[in-house]
Amino acid sequence: MHSKREWAWGYLLIAPMALGLAVFYLWPIAQTLYLSMTESGVFGGYTWVGTANFAELFGDEEMYGTLGNTMLYSVLVLAGVPLSIVVAALLNVPGLRGLSVYRTLYFLPVVTMPAAIGLTWSYLFNGEFGAINHLLGTIGIDGPYWLGDERFAIYAIAIVGIWSSIGYNAVLFLAGLQGIPRHFYEAAEIDGAGRMRQFFSITLPLLTPTTFFVIVITMINALQVFDLVYLMVDAGSPALAGSRTIVYLFYQTGFVQNQRGMAAAIAVILLALILVLTAIQFRLQKKWVHYE
Amino acid sequence: MRFRLTLAVLTALTAACGSSGTAGSSGDPSGSGKATISYAIWDKNDQASAEKIIAAFQQANPNVTVKLEITPWDQYWTKLQTAASGGAAPDVFWMNSLNVRMYAKGGILAPLDESKTQGLTPAVVDGYRYDGKLYGLPHNVGIPALWYDKKIFDDAGVAYPTADWTWDDVKTAAKKLTDPSKKQFGILAHMWDQGAFYPTMYQAGGEVISADGKKSGFDNPASIQGLEFWTSMIQEKVAPVAEVYADTDSITLFQSGKYGMFYGGAWLAATFAANPEVAERIDLVALPKGPAKEAVILLGLANAVSAKSEHPKEAAAFAEFVASEPAQKILADAGGGALSLREGTQDGWFKAFPNFHLKETYDASLPYGVPYPVSLNTAQWQDVQNKLLAEAWAGKRPVADVAKEIAAQMNEILAKE
Repeated sequence: MHSKREWAWGYLLIAPMALGLAVFYLWPIAQTLYLSMTESGVFGGYTWVGTANFAELFGDEEMYGTLGNTMLYSVLVLAGVPLSIVVAALLNVPGLRGLSVYRTLYFLPVVTMPAAIGLTWSYLFNGEFGAINHLLGTIGIDGPYWLGDERFAIYAIAIVGIWSSIGYNAVLFLAGLQGIPRHFYEAAEIDGAGRMRQFFSITLPLLTPTTFFVIVITMINALQVFDLVYLMVDAGSPALAGSRTIVYLFYQTGFVQNQRGMAAAIAVILLALILVLTAIQFRLQKKWVHYE
Repeated sequence: MRFRLTLAVLTALTAACGSSGTAGSSGDPSGSGKATISYAIWDKNDQASAEKIIAAFQQANPNVTVKLEITPWDQYWTKLQTAASGGAAPDVFWMNSLNVRMYAKGGILAPLDESKTQGLTPAVVDGYRYDGKLYGLPHNVGIPALWYDKKIFDDAGVAYPTADWTWDDVKTAAKKLTDPSKKQFGILAHMWDQGAFYPTMYQAGGEVISADGKKSGFDNPASIQGLEFWTSMIQEKVAPVAEVYADTDSITLFQSGKYGMFYGGAWLAATFAANPEVAERIDLVALPKGPAKEAVILLGLANAVSAKSEHPKEAAAFAEFVASEPAQKILADAGGGALSLREGTQDGWFKAFPNFHLKETYDASLPYGVPYPVSLNTAQWQDVQNKLLAEAWAGKRPVADVAKEIAAQMNEILAKE
């Protein structure tokens, strides 16, 4: 059917994308793999050390601590996904007044600089003068040092993580909602199903492809969280042990301690973790995702 | 939205390792005509004085043009390291004693003329020696001092600190100044190396690192005593708990007028003088004496010259000029954060802040100067130190335990250097 000429055209057309991927993603990944097996000099120069970096990392308590923190953060942020569905459903109510105002408001965090978000929230979370503890105080609760106490810091950061992703996720869900044909709801109404029943029996199942996509993307992003931790938790803070994530450890190792080979090994572990968790999700999707 | 760090940095790492020493060989050979040299610094507050110094240098050396490049601190070292790896470091650049040995050993820095250090405080100059050679000409000095809130002292009827105060005087005063009903504390016990726990470690007779830079001093009982000076303040509730400094930096806290004493840099004079709330009510004095001796960590920035500079003579001449008397006077007269290093040039700076006893503090501190403790890869063990000390400051582990663990890990790191 297809002539050689057509094949050639096909390759030509994907060439820009493929080339970009190869140069900016695949080649760096290969380089990082190589780097992770070396010990680097501060100003270049690499000595091959085999799997020594990985052995050291897997024997390091700190590494497990950061893995735990990262997983906890990811789970917390994933737990915020239903919130996005609710927001999207509310934003989709026909005839809601000021709809575009709400949509803009929910989307605002997405277009705000992470630095501004981190700074503003650290003021809100301030243990002495913060608005959050002030509010808690009015109902008689003595709020903790959110960002100074290792028991609370990761939760505080996750709250910000959820807050700043709701808008983006809601837009995706909104698109998913609008893709559900109206006639399903009309049929359900004739059968006597109420609003709630419709939501659980039509909306949620038909939204599962979007939900799947959102969960995968949210998890990949959450596993890579760095900026919020860097901005909200001080480098010498007692809370750092409880809030340091994998990428933060990567940053500290590679750019503060100048151990680039070790940092590359951390990046490789993170890459493997993301690949495995994403593969598991793709496996599990058969059980719960409904494609129309 | 979220930082796509992994991929971004993968690329950065690749870029950093892919480059090799291919410094351009074009341009004028030095001496034959005009030369342009680059000068990299990180502090925007020093821009005005640096521009004046450059103008003065160019006037004296009409064939040389100096191009000032300001890179904020957060990116300065990453940028410098990448540039240096590629053989493209600026001709002259700011260096601190934390990094100088690493850069010197890496062959990035050109050795400088020893004779130009005359009149520069030895404790600061010593920080820039490596392997018997000088790799940076320091031009300023930071003196940690004891700032105090006169109003809080007056209200509590406590006499102001003097230059001959000891640790015990600090502790006694801290107790008297603390008033829980007003949420007022006698002192701030922020976890700060240069001005707080390093000096107290030395004041107790301990050390951070051995003189040869091969062994940690953290497990020395005297060093531990120096650290306990701070944690005991928190335990006795005369200083706020560790979490407080994580939320609000100590400089801001001190200016809120609820803390009697504060170990802070004399360089904060510019910041405090600009705040009308505190400018009149605070003052400073040299650090109190410890059980063993007086000690204050002096840390100054230096100008280093790239070993790969195309204009090594001009670059060295400029670095020397910044440390020379006329340039040092320009720096001092600018009345910024930085105090010039050359003895006899600081009057302009002292006079810029007449409210504070800066000259007295300077005179009382200088004889007891100790260089900032460093090794080859200082940042690596400092990271360990900060991580572990945070646990002691938070009261989760006894200082002695933590200090011994720091020493063990630090010795391991030092052994690899």
